[in-house]
Amino acid sequence: MEIKKTSLNKLHQSNNAKFVEFAGYEMPIQYSMGIIEEHKFTRSHSGIFDVSHMGQLFIYGDESLTDELEKIFPLDLKNLKQNCSKYSFLMNEDAGIYDDLIITKLEQGYLIILNAACKDKDFEILSNLLGSKFKMNLDNNRSLIAIQGPKSVEILNSIINGVDQLNFMTGNWFDSDNQKLFATRSGYTGEDGFEISISNEKVEKFVENLIKKGAQLIGLGARDTLRLEAGLCLYGHELDINKTPVEANLRWAISKSRLSNGGFIGSKKIMNQMQDGASQIRVGIKPEGRLIAREKTKIFDDADTQIGEITSGTFGPSVNGPIAMGYVDKEFSKIDTKILLEVRGKKHPANVCSLPFYKKNYVKGVN
Amino acid sequence: MSEVKFSKEHEWITLEGDVATIGITKHATEMLGDIVFAELPEKGSNVEKDGTAGVVESTKAASDVYTPVSGEVVDTNQAIVDDPSKINEDPEGSAWFFKLKMKDHSEMESLMNKEEYDKFAKESAS
Repeated sequence: MEIKKTSLNKLHQSNNAKFVEFAGYEMPIQYSMGIIEEHKFTRSHSGIFDVSHMGQLFIYGDESLTDELEKIFPLDLKNLKQNCSKYSFLMNEDAGIYDDLIITKLEQGYLIILNAACKDKDFEILSNLLGSKFKMNLDNNRSLIAIQGPKSVEILNSIINGVDQLNFMTGNWFDSDNQKLFATRSGYTGEDGFEISISNEKVEKFVENLIKKGAQLIGLGARDTLRLEAGLCLYGHELDINKTPVEANLRWAISKSRLSNGGFIGSKKIMNQMQDGASQIRVGIKPEGRLIAREKTKIFDDADTQIGEITSGTFGPSVNGPIAMGYVDKEFSKIDTKILLEVRGKKHPANVCSLPFYKKNYVKGVN
Repeated sequence: MSEVKFSKEHEWITLEGDVATIGITKHATEMLGDIVFAELPEKGSNVEKDGTAGVVESTKAASDVYTPVSGEVVDTNQAIVDDPSKINEDPEGSAWFFKLKMKDHSEMESLMNKEEYDKFAKESAS
């Protein structure tokens, strides 16, 4: 299969991107600054991320669409206000996660942002569940740009007047350069920032303008270290079809009002696990010293019994030390539990710790 | 001090008497990216030509460090363990990895000189 490219591919090239293949797309892993400097620049200034490989699924319909989607997602969509977003999951009957996603209520439907590697399968699953009653469009004509970091609001507002009035996890349509674009105050770095859905024809000029105003392109490498410091899950690592939201320690994302009556796919398993607890749970892990424990590193207790596995591990540039997330047996999930990580045949001490590693800087109450 | 020699695994080596100083090349650091962890062989241990003698990790991945010659480890550079970013800053100078007491000087003969290595690095990168 031929590798796919986003509409910003040329711009990445002219900014000296090093490319990797990610979910079938040629994506920038880093630019000339390098991962650590890109990471720090995002935390102190403003980083631009091309996330156009992600799926933008628009579903249009009347009130019955909300009813149908509530049979799928563990969300109180009836009481979700227009232009407000929620983090959620597409699950199977056993509450195994097909994908994690952000869903936003629009005037006449919903916008769902899906992971690149999952979007085609998600579309198929949702099409089968919803039937032909609603218009569904996995829109390939739009790009998706994230701008993240403390200077982002000022930079973006100088191009799209009014985005500074958005609260965290809300969005709206804006007019810019003779077209409608949809901006939400959200992101996946732990910083204040926005995600902007914009047509493929206009995206390059739009990003060039952001760069002129002082933002910089940031690659997937820094996106990974940023999200890991923020304690955020990455599909295919922390989340997959064999993990449930309760095991992933994401029960906050399940609307309370949906837990009493269920009625969404996977609700039985979720309700059972909420009551009895899950046997394994996602935790933050801090190796002692400078040792980096990567994905698939085995976790042991001091009696040499394997009690879990690392799902993501790297060096956190803002934390200035190694950080990881992984799953451990329930009885080892308490903060400050001492565990051992097997790296290159030797066991190294580490501690279970609270998440995030780096305090989030979301802007919650603008208005 | 002898001329700097290079291995296909992207290590550099200089020889002073019986003591060889070994590190990784600038080209290697550029391929690896930001280095955030370094593990060195233990002082007093013996390492064999082309065997592993340490590890470096970048934000992206872990890579073994090989020794281009055999010998006994007589010194290691703790400064790069404490601050691995020094390896990106001065890989072919102050950020050496370890010193070996060499047993067999003829092991130097198969290594590349600077001109040969630059050509090799350019070809292996493309």
